[in-house]
Amino acid sequence: MARIREIAQVCKSKNAGPFIVTIDVLFEDHALYHRVKATGVLNAALFAKLYGVAEEDVLFTHYDAAAAFKASLPRLVAAGGFGDTDVYGAQQHAPLLDVEIPLNEAG
Amino acid sequence: MTEIRMLSTSGILGYGYAEESLKIGMAREPHAIGADGGSTDPGPHYLGAGTSFTSRLSVKRDLKLMLLAAMAAKIPCIIGTAGGAGGEPHLQDTAALVREIAREEKLSFRMALIHAEPDRAMLREAVTAGRVKALVKLPPLDAGTIDRAERIVAMMGPEPIARALDGGAQVILCGRSSDPAQWAAVALRAGIPPAVAWYAGKMLECGAEPAVPKEPDCLLVTLRDDHLVCEPPNPIRRCTPLSVANFALHENASPIHHTEPGGMLDTSEVSFDPVSDRAVKVSGMRWMPAAQYTVKLEGVERDGYRAITICGTRDPVLIGQIDDYLATHRAKVSAKAAAFGVPPSAYRMAVRVYGKDGVMADWEPTPAVTGHELGFIIEVVGDTQDIADAVLAMARTSLLHADFPGRLCKEGNMAFPFSPSDIALGPLYRFSVFHTLALEDPCAIFPIEYESV
Repeated sequence: MARIREIAQVCKSKNAGPFIVTIDVLFEDHALYHRVKATGVLNAALFAKLYGVAEEDVLFTHYDAAAAFKASLPRLVAAGGFGDTDVYGAQQHAPLLDVEIPLNEAG
Repeated sequence: MTEIRMLSTSGILGYGYAEESLKIGMAREPHAIGADGGSTDPGPHYLGAGTSFTSRLSVKRDLKLMLLAAMAAKIPCIIGTAGGAGGEPHLQDTAALVREIAREEKLSFRMALIHAEPDRAMLREAVTAGRVKALVKLPPLDAGTIDRAERIVAMMGPEPIARALDGGAQVILCGRSSDPAQWAAVALRAGIPPAVAWYAGKMLECGAEPAVPKEPDCLLVTLRDDHLVCEPPNPIRRCTPLSVANFALHENASPIHHTEPGGMLDTSEVSFDPVSDRAVKVSGMRWMPAAQYTVKLEGVERDGYRAITICGTRDPVLIGQIDDYLATHRAKVSAKAAAFGVPPSAYRMAVRVYGKDGVMADWEPTPAVTGHELGFIIEVVGDTQDIADAVLAMARTSLLHADFPGRLCKEGNMAFPFSPSDIALGPLYRFSVFHTLALEDPCAIFPIEYESV
């Protein structure tokens, strides 16, 4: 088992426009990225569970060219609206950091 | 083979860059320089209020060096989304700054201002004609939303910018523009294919962000027919396949499909290949022209008036029962506000608790309080500023003095770091328009005004 924070080079969040926040996990080592991808742990259902949103509202993409996983989800509140806590959406990545990837099992 | 070089000075005009980077970049003889002036990122306030999120002093410094460099090299200097939000006051403030710099530095040039606040009557007609579509999950645009909006801007593509270049402008200030458009305009006009032109724009829109170490600075992009090369002029920075790939994910819902005014940039098959230890070649991008040309509309409307106060507690007895205390506090504020004539329907109150869930709110997976202190921001949004101020003052004093079980700190529950404690933030805006508008002529709603400076 390895946690995302131990194996990824980038784990970040940011607005993709005022209504969507997008979360990226990148790997420098493309081989490691493919091993993580093969475990199938990172998927739309995981993001739906971590953030409490409906799975059909999560746009999840593997991006092999960049060795990256990307998930985009609707913000709780539009950026800067009443009740928003993170206008830039830059601090919504933390729940990903402790996600465990069963790397050994996947070989 | 066509080759075009373009130099972006920083991610946002006014964020600063090393003067030396500009010099090194200019030595590569770029065909255009520029910077993006803005974004919706800092939120709806700036579009509504007509102000910028950058300071005049820092913008003037960045702009002065760019204008001097562009005039010396006889190349265009293009500013996208002038003034932060690209509305009319933002454009005019930036133009005034350019004129001031020109006067002080004895520069003269032909300048173009490209306006981006569409006519409201035209928008209402476009809605009726079915040419406006909602993005994300917003409701369809209607006349009421158009009328209530404090300001609406349309996001221009490269066509009006290319037209201003055709018109002989050496300095171009764009109202709201799609971030890559100012770069795509130069490249497309020079005959670079759209896929490379748009991708280069995506790389240049944030200055040196595709490089490491990441800090506002310059980026040089060299475009050829089938690829581009990213390289930061500053020798302390490098572009690596990881740094460029990381940036390729920036601020887009999808990493592989990027919708632009005239089509879609497909990056699913790109490769990032190092050409040196600090330059990266990107190739394999594709451009799919759209059947219908569209531009994005952005608008905000006023959503009340806001006042806030900041405080913290170090009391473990209070921290141990904070949820109950805040529930009691809310009820007390409601009763006391009603007593001075403000019903609950006239305001909204939020108490943000830092040390608990102040950053992630309902997305916080571990809202348990484990720290020895908690920070609070009380926020009240009222129908008027007077209501917001009055309810906030009551909320502040209630949070400071209310009793709770086991209370030892009988003189006050909160540490307030500031006097005055209450900050009136003025109008609160919210994004109300985020739609697309179909256009037959990409230049139709973006009038260009030329002047000799």
